[in-house]
Amino acid sequence: MLGVRFERRPDPSPLLVFAVSLAAILAALLVTGVLFALQGVDPVAGFATILQRTILDPRGSSEVVRKSIPLLLAGVGIVLALRARFWNIGAEGQILAGAVAASGVALFLPVPPALMVPTMFLAGFIAGAAWGFLPAILKVRLGVNEIITTLMLNYVALYIVRWLINGPWRGDSVTGFSYSDRFPEYAWLPTIGTTRLHWPTLLIGLVLALLLAFVLFRTRLGFEIRMMGESPEAARYAGVDFFWTTIALVCVAAGAAGIAGVGEVAGIHQRLLEPTSISLGYGYTAIIVALLARGNPLATIVTALFMGLVFASGDIMKVSLRLPSQMPSVINGLVLLFLVCSEPLLRYRLVRRGGGPKRRVAKAN
Amino acid sequence: MEIELLTGTTARALAFSTPLIWAAMGEIFAERSGVVNLGVEGMMILGAVTGFIAAQSSGDPWLGLLAAAMTGGVVGLFHAFAAVTLRANQYVSGLAITIFGLGLSGLLGRKWVGRPLFDSMEPFDLPLLSDIPIIGPALFTDQHALAYLALLVSVLLWFVLHHTRAGLVIRTVGESPAAADTAGRSVTLTRYLSVGFGGVMAGIGGAYLSLAYRPSWGEGMTNGMGWIALALAIFALWDPLRAVGAGLLFGAFFTLSFRLQDRFPPELLTLLPYVFTILALILTALGRGKRAFGAPEALGQAYSRGER
Repeated sequence: MLGVRFERRPDPSPLLVFAVSLAAILAALLVTGVLFALQGVDPVAGFATILQRTILDPRGSSEVVRKSIPLLLAGVGIVLALRARFWNIGAEGQILAGAVAASGVALFLPVPPALMVPTMFLAGFIAGAAWGFLPAILKVRLGVNEIITTLMLNYVALYIVRWLINGPWRGDSVTGFSYSDRFPEYAWLPTIGTTRLHWPTLLIGLVLALLLAFVLFRTRLGFEIRMMGESPEAARYAGVDFFWTTIALVCVAAGAAGIAGVGEVAGIHQRLLEPTSISLGYGYTAIIVALLARGNPLATIVTALFMGLVFASGDIMKVSLRLPSQMPSVINGLVLLFLVCSEPLLRYRLVRRGGGPKRRVAKAN
Repeated sequence: MEIELLTGTTARALAFSTPLIWAAMGEIFAERSGVVNLGVEGMMILGAVTGFIAAQSSGDPWLGLLAAAMTGGVVGLFHAFAAVTLRANQYVSGLAITIFGLGLSGLLGRKWVGRPLFDSMEPFDLPLLSDIPIIGPALFTDQHALAYLALLVSVLLWFVLHHTRAGLVIRTVGESPAAADTAGRSVTLTRYLSVGFGGVMAGIGGAYLSLAYRPSWGEGMTNGMGWIALALAIFALWDPLRAVGAGLLFGAFFTLSFRLQDRFPPELLTLLPYVFTILALILTALGRGKRAFGAPEALGQAYSRGER
């Protein structure tokens, strides 16, 4: 078909990887510009307004960073799991699990005020990890497809949160909207100045990215993880323990997403509320963050900031440009679409049929 | 009294599960050919919005249905292009379609929010069949045409899948693309057609929501139904007839969640389909290997001749 065929490209150069990722983002932004124009907004002026109110404005840039926190935490986890060929589509559910655990601790556990925040982070990590443990063990033990199980668990978590805020955890003073009581003040995360930037969560995210990059590229465990993803057969031959390595990886990954959930409830809302308000789809966008980072935990710091910018620009688009609230979701979808379609450029090169060095091999089939 | 409760619940369950059954039928065919489609939710919501706009503009809900089916089909073909021709990751491609579809549908339908559809599809009784005791009131009374068609189409698709040459080709392509290729069947064409067909069915499922079930447009009105349809295809072990049964079961949970509201939290009943799907996957894995249960062997894998 088409007179061309695919030939495997063994090892794409970092430059090519960067160029292709950048091209995918630019293509997505180009289409976004067209959508701006279709809705009567001058694309150039539109993008200029967005940049002005996000990156160049202190308040706006703090919002960009704030929205990139859950993306960084969940994204680093997904990068790590992807390294071991575990597709974690369940960050959304793991974020919610972390939020639930933190809320439970804040609302009901008699913890001394000084220990409250650390306990909440710990509980959030464990809950997130537990939400990843099940798909992990089902995959390594029974070969159950983790994409479907993690996806299904997202909805299980979503309905559990809804049940909690409508039922047993519904606040005493609540009328109309459903949410829990407000956490005691010592369970709130501190923020920088007058911004809503809850810095402990940001710090955990940054440290985690650094730590995991170190583990991945500088330790024996990291070597084994990379081997698992790149050549499972060789890894098996070398005696890598797939079972425990996968379980541990996924639990850390999911636990990181759980911490993101803690940040959202303890750092911003100070209560458990409607699941779509806790996570604005961070778990799904974290997949884009991870794919753009191409397996490098450090790169997620950059890619999370970029997607955080997309989220933050959503508010600007709505308020300043009078564009519909669905724009960020459209941009997310476009970035992901262009990213997935450009992926083959990295893995294969096009060779004209009838030419190229592998002609005889192809004919032999 | 008891019987009335049963028939009443079944009737409501059918009304609720109709979009699930349509979309799941499509997913079954796509997955039987070896392509996973996580874009169902996106295709459904795009079908719902284009169906509504076309119906409202033309005054004919059937034209709306046609528009929805075509939209779903086009998006389905795009997924096939990504998954088959580009050999991109099928899961990511589907996810992208869903995220994009949810956003784009909101954009397209912005002007139409809150306006009821003037000429919607009306429910009616099916002559003769509605007179059958118990089954009549349960399945053939006061439903929309798309609900009756869903039942008919599932039987038809079950027959096609298991008893025709086309069905055999689709199943072979999903089980062993190399074998199908050797036998002179085009893996590419089969997958394009199956995934495109899946898109058409998802589009119809979405259109049922905006043209018949709740004749209006609301942002995000599919409300995760695409994911349940995906779950349904797996839970039904990729069989059209079992999908109808399982769809009615899922629908019954939803209906019961209203009836039992004061005795049982509805949210916990709503999450059961997702839990069941995980259980079905576990049982499939524990069972006598995938084959006995009908999970396509090559599901999720791109095929290229002479390369493994």
